[in-house]
Amino acid sequence: MQDANVKPNAGQAQFSPVIGAAVPRVDGPRKTTGTAMYATDYNLPGLVYAVPVTSTIAHGKIRSLDASRAEAMPGVLLVLHQGNIGPLFRIAPRSSVISEERPPFEDDVISYWGQYVALVVAKTFEQAQAGAAAVRVTYDEEKPNVATKLDDANVKSKVESKRGDTDKGFAGAPVQVDETYGTPAETHNPMEMHGTVARWDGKRFLLYECTQGVVNHLETMAQVLGVPRENVEVISRFIGSGFGGKLFPWPHSALAAAASRKLGRPVKLTLSRKMMFYDVGHRPRTQQQIRLGATPDGRLVSLEQRYRNITSLLDDYRENCGEATPFLYSTPNLTVSSALVRRTLGTPAPMRGPGAVPGLYALESAMDELAIKLKMDPVELRLKNDTLTDESNGKPFSSRHLKECLQVGAERFGWQKRTPKVGSMRQGGAVLGWGVAAASWGAWRGSCQATVILRDDGTARVSSAAQDIGTGTYTVMAQVASDKTGLPIDKIEVVLGDSSLVPGATSGGSTLTATVMPAVAAAANEAVRSVLTIAARSKGSAFYQRRPEELAMTNGRVHVKEQTPESGVEFAEILRQAKVGYASGVGRSGGLGSDTKARDYSTHSFGAQFAEVEWQPEIARLRVNRMVTVIDGGRIINLKTGTNQIAGAVVMGVGMALLEHTIYDPRNGHPVNDNYADYLVATSADAPQIDVHFLEIPDPMMGEYGARGIGEIGLAGVAPAITAAVYHATGVRVRELPVRIEDLLVSSVV
Amino acid sequence: MEQFSFVSATDDAQATAAAAKSATAQMGATVRFVAGGTNLVDLMKLDVERPRQVVDINGLRMDRIEALPEGGLRLGALTRNSDVANHAVVQRDYAVLSQAILSGASPQIRNMATTAGNLLQRTRCVYFRDLAHRCNKREPGSGCDAIGGYNRMMAILGTSEHCIASNPSDQNVALMALEAMVHIQGVRGERSVAIGEFYRLPGETPNIETVLEPGDLITSVRLPAPVEGTRSLYLKLRDRAAYEFALASAAVVLGVSGGTVRHARVALGGVGTIPWRAREAEAELEGKPADRIHFVRAAEAALKNARPQSENGFKVELAKRCLVHALTTVSA
Repeated sequence: MQDANVKPNAGQAQFSPVIGAAVPRVDGPRKTTGTAMYATDYNLPGLVYAVPVTSTIAHGKIRSLDASRAEAMPGVLLVLHQGNIGPLFRIAPRSSVISEERPPFEDDVISYWGQYVALVVAKTFEQAQAGAAAVRVTYDEEKPNVATKLDDANVKSKVESKRGDTDKGFAGAPVQVDETYGTPAETHNPMEMHGTVARWDGKRFLLYECTQGVVNHLETMAQVLGVPRENVEVISRFIGSGFGGKLFPWPHSALAAAASRKLGRPVKLTLSRKMMFYDVGHRPRTQQQIRLGATPDGRLVSLEQRYRNITSLLDDYRENCGEATPFLYSTPNLTVSSALVRRTLGTPAPMRGPGAVPGLYALESAMDELAIKLKMDPVELRLKNDTLTDESNGKPFSSRHLKECLQVGAERFGWQKRTPKVGSMRQGGAVLGWGVAAASWGAWRGSCQATVILRDDGTARVSSAAQDIGTGTYTVMAQVASDKTGLPIDKIEVVLGDSSLVPGATSGGSTLTATVMPAVAAAANEAVRSVLTIAARSKGSAFYQRRPEELAMTNGRVHVKEQTPESGVEFAEILRQAKVGYASGVGRSGGLGSDTKARDYSTHSFGAQFAEVEWQPEIARLRVNRMVTVIDGGRIINLKTGTNQIAGAVVMGVGMALLEHTIYDPRNGHPVNDNYADYLVATSADAPQIDVHFLEIPDPMMGEYGARGIGEIGLAGVAPAITAAVYHATGVRVRELPVRIEDLLVSSVV
Repeated sequence: MEQFSFVSATDDAQATAAAAKSATAQMGATVRFVAGGTNLVDLMKLDVERPRQVVDINGLRMDRIEALPEGGLRLGALTRNSDVANHAVVQRDYAVLSQAILSGASPQIRNMATTAGNLLQRTRCVYFRDLAHRCNKREPGSGCDAIGGYNRMMAILGTSEHCIASNPSDQNVALMALEAMVHIQGVRGERSVAIGEFYRLPGETPNIETVLEPGDLITSVRLPAPVEGTRSLYLKLRDRAAYEFALASAAVVLGVSGGTVRHARVALGGVGTIPWRAREAEAELEGKPADRIHFVRAAEAALKNARPQSENGFKVELAKRCLVHALTTVSA
């Protein structure tokens, strides 16, 4: 059997230099010139504007809703509410994915602050806003519960992963860590607001959406609106990022569509920044107890993670904090268990690295605390407990190089110069702190289709009902098509974000790159074969009556395999001569689940994060100076967009560690910091010097290219590396994110 | 946002006459001047401000920075924050002001925001800015949801049982330490108000924030000639490195000779309900040795009357460190 952990060498498929190159985004010029059309940029003829009215309580019932004043206001065309919304349906279980299962206005129950209670549609946006302000709603309020302590009794615990006996293992361990860590609610806060432009033409819905999955959006909205799937088209050409918040439809989509159906006019609904905090999900608060047991020489004998996360009154959302726990380290005894705690908050949603990111904050913080107890270097502790077998299921990893990530990272960071004593490292007048953490995120590919056509003008077109949420999907697909056809990138058009294209996949879970690449490659290969067949079969072709198998296409030129490409003919010339407009191919890629070989392996990405913080005790100022990030993410297809993904994730991680925190007023459940000034995300000035390094070891289970998606792995491990560095600098161990100035004022390091 | 009429003023008298029709120049004013619009337009979008008429004063010729014959500098009301902060004389003689302005907002906002507009910058209290909550400043007598609510960012000095909203300004903290004069064109003529007299503590009327009366138009801010032998500095502490209001800030103007403080002006930001002049700190400094012991004493004195809420007790310690560090740096 092939050892999947050995770096493949000779005999691997060879690719053109475009694979792995730092190709600039093909959609860059459109974005920088403002010609990229985002969902709510579409202004259809007859368009009218919708503004939701949101609840000013978090828990209770609507007692009365008076729309009469709003209805009489200038320009107001319609006020939708529970009494007149008409039929909206719930989706059948497992048929597709929706964020909040309850359709809008289904009942009079309020279960979170800011819930939609009415929708005002008017001729102008301003008229709709004024109308929304004039809708009078009274409530029977019940006491909300947004408590962040999750020690509730009577919650059901579920075992997620178990081996050995952790009670015994922990009790018998000479060295123990038993701590509880908390991560706060975080709001996704993409720059682009959620929004929908909906048009009902009497039979069909056309929906311009910001969605990370046009196909799922179609499947869901068809059911919610009660129309056959062929009567819904979803367009999402460009997305101003999503971070998971735009994975699955939210209630505003149905509201815009319902209003359009009622009025027979296109309706535009754009959320306000406040509503971005109320109605479109968040990463829920977690509370995680970690118990580690180890031998004095640093071998883990027991690992236990008991976590709880908040979910809403409406839906069961589990933040999978044990995503990486069962296999990250070798240990004979392990338990991961979870529980959901209900609060009067909106339904949570996956946010970049869901589960793993908060989970690794807890686990890797505990590992740092263990290293300190053991008086062992934290890199060495992790190396010591490394494993090439997934002990949760006994399978070998398809490609695990956590060890190399830690070693290469330590080298690039200069880790050997670290002195372990708290506050012992200085630079200028400031105290330095160094910290490290391991990272992991699942690697997966789903099923997907793509088409490639080669046109008689010498260009190619690649298409799929997938979408680019800003990560570089357009560019990566062009690169694969270029690799297979030999055409330069600028001759390749990529079309995404339209549900009428062949079925694509969702941009989520870091799966899209691995998922679309085999489909595009297969489609391109088929299109090339079609060109060769045309060359062999059409009279007047230079290759007439040769067998297509004797021919090849290189750099866009058709030629006899044994001869040079220069001896051949441009493929466009072949098509024109045969009077064929284009040659096409459809490619399909199956998911990992249907890959019998891959089933024998555990597939994950890995990484290591090294952080340096600077602490100025005299002004209680803590900043992250630099980060070194080493990623084991398979083959990197585009060095530029890949590096961009990781660097962006690192900046987001700085925010997670030090800034981000959605604050709910316990008296009323309102997320009071519901804007960009009061909810702090890292700014450019907060971004450290970032060194991103990819191991570039192809994953043999990820198709011929061996590429894994890397949208999330870059965020994993950042926060615990920073909090470890904060401890090293200040002596303050923060177990509740984010690290705040008030936590650090107690530091005795001067 | 509610409907309003929009007029462009062509001279001071016209602007003043228009504004005089409002019953108040404070919260609830029905006529508002707009210059940069960086604060007013925000609040109008939130329905916190609902003027019936907005008077554009950008056409009035108040956009110059001029040396005064008696010494000092006149900043026209409409001078943009960016222009003031980057003005050579401001940078040389009033470094604290340049530093304060550049520590706030973003370059885009500073390009729009004006000197006089900034004087009237409103609080960022989340309860003031959201109509779903009670606020005595926005709606007198309705109550204060900030008390007992999320209060980490709130004031610890100058609060009352009716209002704990912090003043978010950077510029005005520096102007306090510089003892600037606010020049006002009113219905009954011109007058000057020392900036130390310009703001009103919330007390029982947090809706009244300044001494401005209906029709008052701020025309300029005058900086007195710099005191011989002084240096100045603004230090701002906050959670993130940019684009955030201060948790605590200090503006200091210090003159030291022979190791003794001869002149001290100290103001604090982020901690007061108004830009906070710390006269107690000045008293602890003037005539005393310029050393750490006395800087700490000054900081203790400045925060002696602090009354923190449940979540912002840390601001007391943070403000002290901020002031001590500012004094240490400026006297080094």
